[in-house]
Parts: sequence; C-alpha cells; structure tokens
Amino acid sequence: MIDRFLFYFFASLAVVSAFLVVTRRNAVHSAIFLITALLATAGIFLQLHAEFLFIVQIILYVGGIMVLFVFVIMLVNLDVAAHQPQFNRQTWVASLTALIVSGQFVAAFYLSRKAGSGRALFGLPQAQATRLDPNTELIGLTLFKNYMLPFEIASILLLVAMIGAVVMAKRRV
Amino acid sequence: MIPTSHYLFLSLALFTIGVIGVLTRRNVIIILMSIELILNAVNINLVAFSRMFGNVNGQIFAIFVITDAAAEAAVGLGIIIAFFRNRPTVLADEMDILKW
Repeated sequence: MIDRFLFYFFASLAVVSAFLVVTRRNAVHSAIFLITALLATAGIFLQLHAEFLFIVQIILYVGGIMVLFVFVIMLVNLDVAAHQPQFNRQTWVASLTALIVSGQFVAAFYLSRKAGSGRALFGLPQAQATRLDPNTELIGLTLFKNYMLPFEIASILLLVAMIGAVVMAKRRV
Repeated sequence: MIPTSHYLFLSLALFTIGVIGVLTRRNVIIILMSIELILNAVNINLVAFSRMFGNVNGQIFAIFVITDAAAEAAVGLGIIIAFFRNRPTVLADEMDILKW
C-alpha cells in the first residue's frame, strides 16, 4: 500500500515537473523544476530498492550537473531571450510527431501483452527485493569484476570531457 | 506490487516530454535540460527491468548513463559559453553562422 502510494506520488511529481521544465519562459524556473523532476526520479529509484543509484542521482545530478546549469544561466545573459518567443515555428508538427511516436510505444506494449502466451513480459511481477539486497556491495562487485573495462573507459571519457570543457570555456585558446 | 509496465509508462511520458522540449524550444540551455530528462527516462527503464529480473546489471548501465550525462552536460555548457562569447544569443535558430 505504502509502496503503491510512493510510486504514484513520485511518478506524478516527475511528470508534472517535467512538463513545467519544457513550458516555463524563465530558464531559472526550468532549472528548479528540473531539480524537482530529478529528485522525484531518485524517489522512484529508492522505491525500486536501488539505494546506490538513489544517492548517486542526488549527489551527481542535483548536486553536480544542476549547479553547472545554474552557473551557466548566471554567466549567460538571458534577459533578451526571455522577452522573445520561446517556441520555434515547428512546434505543432514536432509535438504531433513526438505524440505519434509515443502512441506507437503504447501500441507495442499492448500488442506484446496480447501476443504472449499467458502473461506477457511487461505484465510480469517484480522479483523479490531481497535478490538485490546488499545493493551497494553487489554494484561494486559487478562493476569491478564484470565491467572493469567499461569502467575505465568511462573514466577516460570523463577526463576528455573535463579537458574539453576547460578548453572551450577558456578566454583565449 | 506494482507491475513493470507502470514504470515503462512513466518512462515513456518523461521521454515524450523531453523529445517535445528538444524539438520545440528555442533556448539552448532548456534544450540541454530536456536531454537530461530523456536520459532520466532511460534510467527509470533500466532500473525497473533490473528489479524485475533480480539482476544488478541494469543498475550498472544506469551508472554509465549518468556518467555520460555528466560529460555531455559539461561539454555542452562549455560550447554554449564559447558561442555566447562570439555572438550574444542563446536561441537555437539564431545560431546560423554556418548557414549558406
């Protein structure tokens, strides 16, 4: 019961604040609603018993990336842009296309439910939460045993991104 | 117990809102924020399937997606600052220097 309540609470919060992110005129308001959406997503991770990702989401997204966004909003002067039209000329065509694509996804969900013998894949119940139980330990073991090479490649990616960001934001190259 | 399809529908809603934001907004910073929304939708899917199969690999991939999102945000915001120094605008359809 409390599980269900938490899921629907965080899901509706995430969808409403995501909608507000793409509709607000002021970029600072968009950033604040994006923070709300990311926190709601973190709540859904916690509800799914992914505690490590919950903490990573809050520290890295809300604490790191969003601070970067707010700093750039401060550095870039947005006063002129706020008084101009916020949506481009392809708005209706683009929204219609995106909604058609999401309708195709919904149709795919329902067709898979019908086609499967008995219960389809997406109707299956979740596994017991205890199978993922020492969550941080399991993630650490898997990350350093099975995914050692991708982990190192990700560190190189972060190094390259850091150097690229510093070089691009520098005054004279 | 909530079925996995509900997580998929939530993820689909966030993804669609993000795509609409990328395609319709003119402000480049808000376009980058919409991309973050899309990546979050993908993460919800990965973690929901990880819970459904009782397998931790989906959460590992979610960590890699978060790493990519951080790299992408740093480089994208660096590009915005570098561009803003040359030409003071943040609207995507006024960035037409390469247009013939």
